[in-house]
Amino acid sequence: MAQKPQTLFEKIWDRHVVVEEPDCPAVLYIDLHLVHEVTSPQAFQALRDRGIKLRQPSRTVATIDHSVPTTDRSLPIADAMAAKQIRQMETNCREFGVPLYGLDSPHQGIVHVIGPELGLTQPGMTIVCGDSHTATHGAFGALAFGVGTTEVEHVLATQCLLQRKPQTFEVRVDGQLHPGVTAKDIILALIAQIGVGGGVGSVLEYTGSTIRSLSMEARMTVCNMSIEAGSKAGMISPDDTTFQYIAGREYAPQGAAWDKALSDWKKLPTDEGARFDRTVTLDAAKLEPMITYGTNPGMGVPISAPIPTPESMPDASSRNALLQALRYMDLAPGKPLLGHTVDVVFIGSCTNSRISDLRAAAEVLKGRKVNPKVRVLVVPGSQEIKRQAEREGLHSVFQAAGCEWREPGCSMCIAMNGDELKPGQYSVSTSNRNFEGRQGKGGRTFLASPLTAAASAIEGRVADVRRFL
Amino acid sequence: MEPFTRLTSRVVPLPNENVDTDQIVPARFLKVTDKAGMDQYLFCDWRFDAEGKPRPDFILNQPRAHGAKILLVGANFGTGSSREHAPWALVAFGFRALVGTTFADIFRNNSLKNGLLPVSISPADHAELLSRVEKDPDVEITIDLSSQTVTLPGGKTVSFPIDNFSKQCLLAGVDQLGYMLKQAAKISEYEASHPQPVKTISA
Ligand code: SF4
Repeated sequence: MAQKPQTLFEKIWDRHVVVEEPDCPAVLYIDLHLVHEVTSPQAFQALRDRGIKLRQPSRTVATIDHSVPTTDRSLPIADAMAAKQIRQMETNCREFGVPLYGLDSPHQGIVHVIGPELGLTQPGMTIVCGDSHTATHGAFGALAFGVGTTEVEHVLATQCLLQRKPQTFEVRVDGQLHPGVTAKDIILALIAQIGVGGGVGSVLEYTGSTIRSLSMEARMTVCNMSIEAGSKAGMISPDDTTFQYIAGREYAPQGAAWDKALSDWKKLPTDEGARFDRTVTLDAAKLEPMITYGTNPGMGVPISAPIPTPESMPDASSRNALLQALRYMDLAPGKPLLGHTVDVVFIGSCTNSRISDLRAAAEVLKGRKVNPKVRVLVVPGSQEIKRQAEREGLHSVFQAAGCEWREPGCSMCIAMNGDELKPGQYSVSTSNRNFEGRQGKGGRTFLASPLTAAASAIEGRVADVRRFL
Repeated sequence: MEPFTRLTSRVVPLPNENVDTDQIVPARFLKVTDKAGMDQYLFCDWRFDAEGKPRPDFILNQPRAHGAKILLVGANFGTGSSREHAPWALVAFGFRALVGTTFADIFRNNSLKNGLLPVSISPADHAELLSRVEKDPDVEITIDLSSQTVTLPGGKTVSFPIDNFSKQCLLAGVDQLGYMLKQAAKISEYEASHPQPVKTISA
């Protein structure tokens, strides 16, 4: 009898159920557990209190990214609490035997950047991290999602999680992207369409010709922001683009093991005829560069469009939400965002700090100067990316244009490390969240692609990059 | 974890939609390495002005919030970051239940693991409850976990969903790790039949 067609998600789920007792959630095995300094200390402490050891140190990898300064690493860390948190991570890793890519490691970087870079992230895996942007790793055809600190403790102790099966949700993107329109614009357009709660309870799978044509780095940008639509995870069926990216990386299987892994990975893609609980479609050819105007990532518009008006909102509560957001952002409804003054441009974060993002921004900035009123931070996602960019001379392009070239970390995406907006400042940022105060108390964020960020840095205003191409 | 059985309390309305965990606990407070004193960070940038003085117009600074154990929230509450600091702070402030229409997935999971019960009711019941508590700060509602019901002001009783496993853990006040640790034999069996990836990770 032929097997019922299955989605990528269903295949990975079935492979990882350890036990499922009646009236209980499934016990799901976790292949790879990524750890960082912010969401783990209380979990390690709980293990210590209970006298429990780590079940699988070799399936656990840690880095330090959120609270690290992005200034000269040879200097001591000025913030006492950050310094303490970082020391605690080092102690926890030593005590529990967790491999740590710490501050002195040539592989240090943002957790969701270094996993793929090292070849740790592989198709068919279950991957978790105490971090909502774990969805990034789904670009490889893995089931990857964020968990809380209690669940970090569960995985440290048992290498498993209690899980209820989510729904499946296909996001089909077809058509050719126009010049100046990127993966970031696809995902911002999707979230604007389905809303920040649109994916709650679901795992998204991105399908269609546009997705197939994207590079791995662009696919990561798309999957990264799945959580911004409220979904548990985002994933993409693996293909030759995926396999080529992984081949030869430090933790990738090699020789006969590679051949074996590859034949297994080729069984993962969603079968012809498999059913999703829901589907939405997006026409890539109709997309423009996107930008957000509000205080959640769903409040986005095409760059040439005006900010919505309260009258255009479907109900009272979204009208109130819009008014509250515009009050915080000090913006007027019905006016375009294009041309609005910008104080800071941030190019970085696990959404857009990879080498292709830096190349794209450098392409726009090459031979140009950023507006002298604007502070521009370029923060590579990892030491590896920083080295690669410097080999290509991108840092010189940025510095010549008047940008700051900094050490890797989360930086102004979350503003925990001293890189932050001042109250009232506006930024164009390539990160993933424009929540109130996300980039610094009182700061105001417009989310956009690295291309839009670079163009806005030059003009000192929200700019349409298509004029620069 | 304190057991959750039945709770009768006044209700504090905070009906904004899509309240994200960056508002519940701003990121600059995530440098802590323990859970102590989280209540001081709860909605910090909404509660206090630039000088650190309480803003009298914010609901948590009003007398009605004092001693109330139920927060009435808007749709998709707890969206965004996975930080468990958000439910820790809500619990430390004194809340034991949240009544809303929908909750963000990770936040919902985190809350259930900390004895904070997310209760989803229909948009119509939610709107009705909101208008009652906005008119009268003293109205109380009762949440009964074992029957999975909320008794609204006026006596109407509506039921809410919760998975049976989380419900039993909450009723007994036990955490979920105990159950998982008991599965050790099954986990070992699984590991034996699913060998390690070829290369062992070492930094
Ligand atoms: S870059 Fe931003 S979103 Fe990504 S892990 Fe760091 S703080 Fe989180």
